[in-house]
Amino acid sequence: MSERLHLWVNGQEVDLPVVPGEMLSDLLRYRLGLTGTKIGCNEMECGACTVLVDGEPILSCSFPAVRAQDKHVLTIEGLSKATEEAMKPSTEGSLHPLQEAFIKYGALQCGFCTPGQIMTSYALLLRNPEPSDEDIKTALKDTLCRCGAYPAILQAIKAAAKAMRTGGPVESPVIPPASKPGKYVGNVHPRPDAVAKVTGHAKYTDDLHFEGMLHARVKRAMVPSAIVTRIDVSKARALPGVVAVLTAEDIPGEHNHGLVIYDWPILVGVGERVRYVGDALAIVAAETREIATQALDLIEVDFELLPVVSDPVQAAQPDAPKIHPNGNLLKHIKVRKGDVEQGFADADVILEHTFYTPMHDHAFLEPECSIARPTPDGRMEVYVGSQIPYADRQQIARALGWPETRVHVIGQLMGGGFGGKEDIAGQIHAALLAHATGRPVKLLYDRHESLIAHPKRHATQIRVKVGAKLDGRLTAVETELYGDTGAYASLGEKVMTRATTHSSGPYEVPHVKADCYAMYTNNPPAGAFRGFGVMQSAFAIESMMDMLAERLGIDPVELRRKNALRVGSVTNTGQVLRQSVGLLECIEKVEAEMRRLGGPNPFEPKTVPGAPHLRRAWGFAVAYKNTGLGGGAPDKAGAEVELRRDGTFQVRTSSAELGQGLPTVLQLIAAEELNQSPRRIEVLLMDTDLTPDGGPTTASRQTFVTGNAVRYAARALKELLTSELSERYDVPPEQVRFVEGLAQINGHALTLQQVAEEMLASGRPPVTSYTYWAPTTRPLGEGGDMHFAFSFAAQAAEVEVNTLTGEVKVLRMIIANDVGYAINPLGLRGQVEGGAIMGIGHTLTENFILKDGQVVTDRLARYRTPSIVHTPEIISFIVEHPVAEGPYGAKGVGEIVLIPTPPAITNAIYNAVGVRVDRLPVDQEMICKALNNC
Amino acid sequence: MRFWNTYVLAHSIEEALDILSHAPGSALPVAGGTDLLLEIQQGEHEPVHTLVDITHIPELKRLEETEDHLFIGAAVPVSRVAESPLVRHHATAVAEACSQIGGPQVRNSATLGGNVAHALPAADGMIALLALDARAEVASLEGRRLEPMENLFKGPGQTALDLRREILVGFHVPLRRLHQASAFGRVMRPQGVALPILNTAVWVERHGEVIGDIRVAIGPSGPVPRRASAVEAVLRGQPCDQETFAAARRAIRESIRFRSSPLRASAEYRYHLSGVLLEEVVIKAWQRTLEPSVVEAV
Repeated sequence: MSERLHLWVNGQEVDLPVVPGEMLSDLLRYRLGLTGTKIGCNEMECGACTVLVDGEPILSCSFPAVRAQDKHVLTIEGLSKATEEAMKPSTEGSLHPLQEAFIKYGALQCGFCTPGQIMTSYALLLRNPEPSDEDIKTALKDTLCRCGAYPAILQAIKAAAKAMRTGGPVESPVIPPASKPGKYVGNVHPRPDAVAKVTGHAKYTDDLHFEGMLHARVKRAMVPSAIVTRIDVSKARALPGVVAVLTAEDIPGEHNHGLVIYDWPILVGVGERVRYVGDALAIVAAETREIATQALDLIEVDFELLPVVSDPVQAAQPDAPKIHPNGNLLKHIKVRKGDVEQGFADADVILEHTFYTPMHDHAFLEPECSIARPTPDGRMEVYVGSQIPYADRQQIARALGWPETRVHVIGQLMGGGFGGKEDIAGQIHAALLAHATGRPVKLLYDRHESLIAHPKRHATQIRVKVGAKLDGRLTAVETELYGDTGAYASLGEKVMTRATTHSSGPYEVPHVKADCYAMYTNNPPAGAFRGFGVMQSAFAIESMMDMLAERLGIDPVELRRKNALRVGSVTNTGQVLRQSVGLLECIEKVEAEMRRLGGPNPFEPKTVPGAPHLRRAWGFAVAYKNTGLGGGAPDKAGAEVELRRDGTFQVRTSSAELGQGLPTVLQLIAAEELNQSPRRIEVLLMDTDLTPDGGPTTASRQTFVTGNAVRYAARALKELLTSELSERYDVPPEQVRFVEGLAQINGHALTLQQVAEEMLASGRPPVTSYTYWAPTTRPLGEGGDMHFAFSFAAQAAEVEVNTLTGEVKVLRMIIANDVGYAINPLGLRGQVEGGAIMGIGHTLTENFILKDGQVVTDRLARYRTPSIVHTPEIISFIVEHPVAEGPYGAKGVGEIVLIPTPPAITNAIYNAVGVRVDRLPVDQEMICKALNNC
Repeated sequence: MRFWNTYVLAHSIEEALDILSHAPGSALPVAGGTDLLLEIQQGEHEPVHTLVDITHIPELKRLEETEDHLFIGAAVPVSRVAESPLVRHHATAVAEACSQIGGPQVRNSATLGGNVAHALPAADGMIALLALDARAEVASLEGRRLEPMENLFKGPGQTALDLRREILVGFHVPLRRLHQASAFGRVMRPQGVALPILNTAVWVERHGEVIGDIRVAIGPSGPVPRRASAVEAVLRGQPCDQETFAAARRAIRESIRFRSSPLRASAEYRYHLSGVLLEEVVIKAWQRTLEPSVVEAV
């Protein structure tokens, strides 16, 4: 065969030597620099790597490059040009109508899957210019979007198809603005990074390349519980191409990392304890990834195996093996209100049931990647997609034994986070290897490693006991939770605290007692994950509320309405809710729509005509979720706003964009305050040298906390400019006004460029910074305000259960979220729909399975996230009960959107077929057995 | 650690066989590679020194009707199989099965030859070919031969073919005659593994109001794919009604040994589903027996 590889890529002829073992994606990404083609799983599951070969979509991650010999390959980078051949060019600029439609419809969030989505859609439209919803779902079945943008993707494809058929422009979606839109805030506005993301030009960490860069890999224990008795790296070191192999003894600084407790070894050394399969024992840097991988196999390790603690209840037994020196209890969390015994004595009805939820993986489509690069001035740059850049800096510096300022974390675009990029992944390992070798080092996880190593959602066992009067008023709720926090603390205490404080639901209950045991086990660590413990406890309490409604013969909506938190209510932690409690309105909105669609008895089962084995019903659930860290933790964010010499503004904060849309929110806020259009405002995030600390991107807090910081910094800049100009031109400040691109001073206009020049010339740089401190909160147990705001939601789900097989489908969902104020309606739509779809995944498809500490679901093929075929029709209502302190009244939305979905679905299943699902995910076999006695 | 050292695009069967038999190290034919390359990438299969890509061999890409059979080339992508009017008519079950293999991108690479050579006991395409009484055309250095599908398997994931000396050329499916039809169905579970819990393919010939002849394949029902002959026996000669299906369900329980696999399904659940699925698929095929006997639009 020819030793040359000859093909056309995006119309360009390519002639290169053949590289043995090379897949097409490697050729495109690493030899041709076409990094728009993404690798999400490398196992033909996710579709992110889709390109067209001779017009057919294929998965380039497993397509030998040689097979493309003499063929035409089309990648996302070539799509705009492809219009010339088969399609009419877009009316707006050079974007393909699909690219334009994806932007307009908000069909992208993190953007990592976007090239694959667009290429798959493009292939569909080549063959089918007028696809139905079903055609689209069939074509995109295995092109996964973890942000859950499927509803918008579907609409975007139809809009693009129409534009291409008619030659007209891409029609805009109908998305309602906020109830009181400002000039910019509250209006639909595209993401500032959208064009880069739809054209494949957006760079994620693995898309970066540095001269002389080495490739790192991690030797992991792969046993869950042991003492390391020997590590021999001599053979690995001797392998040609290996530049460094490091073990624990090579760490110059502190040996442990952790977000709250430093209990997680960077590398487990000889004589030390392995606590889960993902524990790192050695790290390798080599000239190629292939050599680094080979070196891992040459590292010899001996263990003394220890017994495995594999679940939190077992971990709590007095005779359980101790995983950490202080035992297995990370934290016993208590909530007490009133006298729960009295509450049960007052009750007419008492119900008790235990619920179970599994671990979940974030399954962000971009696997973890870090690049560390020593700089000539003796510092270390770390390029990484991280939710907490300053925490990374602190932990990297600690491991190197350096002052923090010697480390420069340069945050990159993230292909999804969902809480899973808060802990350290490869940042420290890459930095240690870069330090040891003096060369840039890239550490990229593959999907297998990502599934094994990073923290998960806590698996829980939750016992709920409720007491109620015959009229439905709750008299007491007692809960007992066990949370599996895995091998290391991560954010386990915080997560399980949130699970506990929310475990009696968004209800006013006079007597509450909750006890939670957050237990160490030999499972992968559990930490932050969208919903932060509340997803688990909401499943328990909301299932119980439906059980109670049935027992009392009360409508489930009515039961919730009767007990719902409202202004003036006292929560189970003793917080008086003084404002912004939109729960009742959420309930009303969803209920009205549900009864409109489902008739007066939406909870009654209905048989599908012509298919007597298919039964449908609706289910209902509500939830609440705190905004912000709360519990007495200082919650602040810093931001800077600068008027630059070119007359545009830059907003700077280290807060993180994981796809959720923070840059749009901050851009709109700055635009509103400065009275300038968003296109004049650039947002720079996640850089520890250039941006002030915005705190962690967690707890649905950034719109509120960083949003306020930007708002006040922008106001301060406007005041600074005003006072400067009023002084200079000797006019009262009221006569200085700002309009698009201009400052108007008493009838006289200056361009913002001139304003910037003048201020810089006079030594007063036009930049302001502001540190916003959120309202003080109080620790659990002290009463008062544990949180400064809560978001609320109600959801209804319509399911169809196949009584012959137990299979479950979600057909329609109705959702209402009280978000305070809809600053960014397009991004909000993405959060609302994406949250529900993740909730569907948690209910129906996702189950992170462990067996004696070993990860069974160690491939994406085994851990299934929802696809477009699981996407129901979603009807969304935005409820806006403003919170006075929030920016324009806004509070958090990132998590609440997911929380009521699982119980809404499982309650619907019960209503349809009378089978109570008390364990996630829904097991169709269990339903089938219950219905058929098999 | 390289997945392969040499990757050859063969242009004829003779060339492919020649390279396979003379390669210096390990050597395997590869078509879509959606199973083999994945297993190599994940370390579940040893790297292969020489991979011989057979997807550029014209004969293996043929899909055509001959005098007495439909020929489906072993290297035809299953997306093309699924959409082919010829296959949809003569081998409806194969088209239905192929339309459900993987996702659309995978189907553009995956082939029926690979599906069969991978020898999993529940491979959708293979189960359908089995019910259609297809025969595999095998090329070796000694010449060509036709093998019944059942002869191609040694054990789970183990093909009976000698892949250093033999290549699957394609499948001969008997042409559909009047009052004959086939159908395929499967049940998945949404979590865990991407493999079906159960699949079923049926070919049926209608004699008036009774099932004149029938072939049934159910996967996974044993270490190697095989027809459910005891189930066929109770259906043959019977009307397509509830009494017959009840007998078929009993026959399934008596003749098939389903296994419990913790992440997929218990044996009990499979017995139950198998009865449900068999009824669904037989009825689907039965209704098709009244369709016209020619390809509507090729």
